[in-house]
Amino acid sequence: MACSPTRNPFTDAETAAVGVSIEGLSKSFGRSEVLKNVTFSVAPGEIFVLMGPSGSGKSVLLKHIVGLEQPSAGRVTVAGRDASAEATRQQVRMALVFQSGALFNSLSVYDNLALYPREHQIADEAAIREKVMRALQILSLEGSAHKAPSELSGGMKKRVAIARGLVMEPQLMLYDEPTSELDPVMAATISEIIATLKDEYRVTSIVVSHDRELALGIADRVGILMGGELVSLGTPADLRTPADPRVAEFLYPKIDLKNPRFKKLET
Amino acid sequence: MNPLTAILEGIGSTLQLLVSAAGYTPTLWRQRARFIEQCYLIGYTTLPIVAILSFFIGSVLALQAGYSMSNFGAKQFIGSLVGLSMARELGPVMAAILLTGRVGSAIAAELASMKVYQEIDALETMNIPPAKVLVLPRLAAVLVMMPVLAIIADLVGWFGGAIVSKYTQSIAIEPEAYFSVLRRFMVFEDVLNGLIKAEVFGFAIVLVCCNIGLNTRGGPREIGAAVTRAVVVSLILILVLDYFVTKALM
Repeated sequence: MACSPTRNPFTDAETAAVGVSIEGLSKSFGRSEVLKNVTFSVAPGEIFVLMGPSGSGKSVLLKHIVGLEQPSAGRVTVAGRDASAEATRQQVRMALVFQSGALFNSLSVYDNLALYPREHQIADEAAIREKVMRALQILSLEGSAHKAPSELSGGMKKRVAIARGLVMEPQLMLYDEPTSELDPVMAATISEIIATLKDEYRVTSIVVSHDRELALGIADRVGILMGGELVSLGTPADLRTPADPRVAEFLYPKIDLKNPRFKKLET
Repeated sequence: MNPLTAILEGIGSTLQLLVSAAGYTPTLWRQRARFIEQCYLIGYTTLPIVAILSFFIGSVLALQAGYSMSNFGAKQFIGSLVGLSMARELGPVMAAILLTGRVGSAIAAELASMKVYQEIDALETMNIPPAKVLVLPRLAAVLVMMPVLAIIADLVGWFGGAIVSKYTQSIAIEPEAYFSVLRRFMVFEDVLNGLIKAEVFGFAIVLVCCNIGLNTRGGPREIGAAVTRAVVVSLILILVLDYFVTKALM
């Protein structure tokens, strides 16, 4: 896949941004088919937002891209390499921001960020310190370096998780529900951070979210997954007037007190 | 999944984890801070409870032996009975059982919670293998600390037996006589056999508990279930391995 340069946030160096291609991806857990023949691609440097109701397979799809799940059928490639191969994780720098943050609870915020460069011996301790403090500064977290993850609020945990990803100098950044459980202002802040990272460092970003404001505000393209199938793929402008009634219902649900949905579900 | 398949899958994944962790042995020097931390957790924090328990096991052994051996005038041999029992069997077995309760359960809980809260997934996406940073330092630490725990268990057990032998009226054997018999009937091989057993038990416990923790799936309730499973499997394993290692060392 064609590559545009990704600017490294810590140096003037530029590395190749990577694209992602998903071809006919299906995944089953036992008898339950979670993903059904999903096909789409994400261009280098693009922000792709994947939306869909809970349980539609969005997070499972994200796990396929980072190689944490193996496809039952189909193929996922990152920069043209098989995403399920361990070598791909060694060759392409991918960072996944988990819904819960998945911060290492036994380590301080600083050590959470320093773990990747230390383990991969990317730099000496002084240079690692500089990288970590720079990432914390970008996310306005300088004062939290020596706090434990348990001392942080939900919004701060998400920002620390993004900072931890940033220290990896990623070519591909994946976000799993980055604005869930946050107040509207913090959700908007996280959306701005994602867009800024894309604009300033040209990182390819794939965001799994329920957040319509995020999708309409920062996405280059939006995919909608329902029941394991990709039912819509287009630009945010396309989503403002969706043709598919299921997509319209999902994106713009109306509260109808006279005829509530749960009553319909009961019948 | 039927029980036989589950057992075979457990054995398979444990061996796979062992091979994977062993492959990262050259990184151990770089991970010395983790290794030292694990030595502290496995050795130092387990030591007091091992000492207390071994003292009373040695004491009870002396008391029971004194009670029955006095009947046929053989109470002067209590030292050898306590010495051999502690060195060859009770020292390593009790140290292993305490390691399971004190360390194995903690390892299973910590790794299961890391798995459930996606910290293990985060490590994998960062291309940091859990076998390297979470399993290898623990295995190396138990290999170093387990013989120390077993030796302490032996010594404190012998000492407990000596005190009871001296101060129990029906036994009344002086420590000099007690230790003289202990030395006469024991050889270095007895202690060495016990240390080999302790090493095997400790290694197996830590490996099994790591594997069960890392293979936990589901929510927070599964963390408790993983700890129970790790403790039960480790206790069974200690007794099964005890038989086979004893037989092999005879």
